[in-house]
Amino acid sequence: MIFGLSIVFVLTSILTVAGALAAALLKNLVHCALSLTITFAGLALLYLQLDAQFAGFSQILVYIGAVAILVVFAILLTRGAGIPEYRSFSSSWLAGITISAGVFALLAWAVTKSLSASASSSAAPQVTVQQIGLALMSSYVLPLEIVAVLLTVALIGAVIVAMPESRTPKSESSQGGDR
Amino acid sequence: MTPLAAFLIVAALVFAIGLAIALTRRNAILVLIGIELMLNAANLNLIAFWRFGTHPEALTGMMFAIFSIAVAAAEAAVGLGLAIAYHRHKKTTDLDAMTRMKG
Amino acid sequence: MSQSSQLWANPVWTNLDQIFVLLQHWVEGFFPVWLQPAVGTVLGVIAIVAAFPGIFALTTVLERKGLGRMQNRLGPNRVGPFGILQPVADGIKSLTKEDIVPLTADGVVHFLAPVVLVIAVFLGFAVLPVGRNMVLTNLDAGLLFFFAIGASTELSVFMAGWSSRNKYSLLGAMRAVAQMISYEVPLLLSSVVAVMITGSLSTVKIVEAQSGFTGIFPHWYVFTPWGFAGFVLFVIAALAETNRSPFDLPEGESELVAGYFTEYSGFKFALFFLGEYLGMFSIAGFAITLFLGGWGAPLSVLEIIPSWAWFFAKLLCAIFFFIWLRGTLPRLRQDQLMNFAWKFMLPMSLLNLLVAGAWRFLGDGWLRWIVCSAVLLLAYGLLGRVLMRHQRLGARSYRYAD
Repeated sequence: MIFGLSIVFVLTSILTVAGALAAALLKNLVHCALSLTITFAGLALLYLQLDAQFAGFSQILVYIGAVAILVVFAILLTRGAGIPEYRSFSSSWLAGITISAGVFALLAWAVTKSLSASASSSAAPQVTVQQIGLALMSSYVLPLEIVAVLLTVALIGAVIVAMPESRTPKSESSQGGDR
Repeated sequence: MTPLAAFLIVAALVFAIGLAIALTRRNAILVLIGIELMLNAANLNLIAFWRFGTHPEALTGMMFAIFSIAVAAAEAAVGLGLAIAYHRHKKTTDLDAMTRMKG
Repeated sequence: MSQSSQLWANPVWTNLDQIFVLLQHWVEGFFPVWLQPAVGTVLGVIAIVAAFPGIFALTTVLERKGLGRMQNRLGPNRVGPFGILQPVADGIKSLTKEDIVPLTADGVVHFLAPVVLVIAVFLGFAVLPVGRNMVLTNLDAGLLFFFAIGASTELSVFMAGWSSRNKYSLLGAMRAVAQMISYEVPLLLSSVVAVMITGSLSTVKIVEAQSGFTGIFPHWYVFTPWGFAGFVLFVIAALAETNRSPFDLPEGESELVAGYFTEYSGFKFALFFLGEYLGMFSIAGFAITLFLGGWGAPLSVLEIIPSWAWFFAKLLCAIFFFIWLRGTLPRLRQDQLMNFAWKFMLPMSLLNLLVAGAWRFLGDGWLRWIVCSAVLLLAYGLLGRVLMRHQRLGARSYRYAD
């Protein structure tokens, strides 16, 4: 127990943050995508430690099984796997780092300030998949339907955006008129 | 440090790193990776508050996080489709070069 | 309860059925109480790591002999009687071969790809119930866990193909990932029908829901219309997920050298081979769990035989069926594969969901059998007709070598 936190939590969070840092600092894009996958896995382990098994397994299924593959496919389709022809970091990188450091400082200050009083840890809620299913069908049926429509729209939209344009046949008269 | 505070600090750290990626890297796909990291950090926040907050049996935090996972996956698909479509036109994914709206 | 269950209640047969559980409790007894759950889990892990690679060794020799016989040749018969000890020779060969890594290959990713595959595949065995009370962890969302871990194997395929810096490897990896992603959807949808009727995602509960008998016939889901359709769809999708023939274009030996593991040699190649076959076993195990009654006996009089024996017998039948398919069917082309997934299997799985829902609410009796079977057969016929309408099958012609 380090600072009152379990060793498993410390190791998992170190893994998660290391993966995120590697995604920020590595030059090779595919390495960035693979360290992003490590971050996703670390986050899934953190969800499992919070007794949210359904969310943890969904995280692995959706993010590692689908989003990570999507990202690597996009990297390969945009020829980002080789040597990049431009510099990796933009010219205003210092401003970006400062802003994100400021955001982190603000959030950390808010967390430690507001939670220093309470030190309660309640018992683990026993959530079964049946309860989640019932909740989805009763209280959350409207968000469920909206997410279904959203996913269909996103699927069709992504296909249309990424589809190569059909070539229109060029007219012949513009080419033979000057001879 | 309470467990809740620890989880929130980790989430804030991942959020800040995601923000740094989105602000400092030049490749469009890396910016999308940063956005995904930010969404994941927000999910971690939601689940941590669900676990340590009041009324965990109402499942609100977990439901929110699950819907957020679904929406983030859809957004990643559309965003990456956009990056691929732009690359097809201009043969580059350099964000510093994407300065014109005109095709 | 039928007469056979009284036979089965005889303590000799109960002990034989639970022999591994009793063994586990006996070994746990040597340790203090606070350590016992950990010891029990470690024993379960040791059992999985010993049993399934053992079946893998048996399968390699069965496959080569079986394929050989189907192709009118003998197969390996030098090492040991009837070639039984061939896996030992293969193991020694792959362990002592030089591990060649290409100069420009990405070292870390190249090394980690087989590791990730083997880890993901072994994790999938954790929720497989191999016998009565014999599952490593009874997770409430067990099926979701299995599919989540299965989705992670796609990433290792990509890592292997990309890190080799080889055009053939990358091509094979892209084909394999596209195929696995396309068949992920029918795989999950066809397993959802079993979950719908059982009412739980836990594999133990799904098997227990199929353990009843009417007369002497079991309540397996495969004997219902929606279960049969689901089983067929699940097996086809499982073949595609594990890159088995007829879906083995990613490792098309005649055109891609060896696909995404071209640049692997020695022990890493053996790990890929192991991972692929173990993936096949775990998905076959899940097909058995979801539709074929898991560890249940096919006839109620046969309940005497232990549950774990039934599970492994069914697993061996499934393995033999996969080998048979490999020796019989020609390989599907990439676009034929994709068409099949998106235009046939996805509509059929969605329709199967509706049919399973109708089954649940049409009440007991012959009406639901007729309605469900009719809907499924009609859909299969129509969909097949519509998809085949552009294929002109001409008269058979022969070409002889001159």
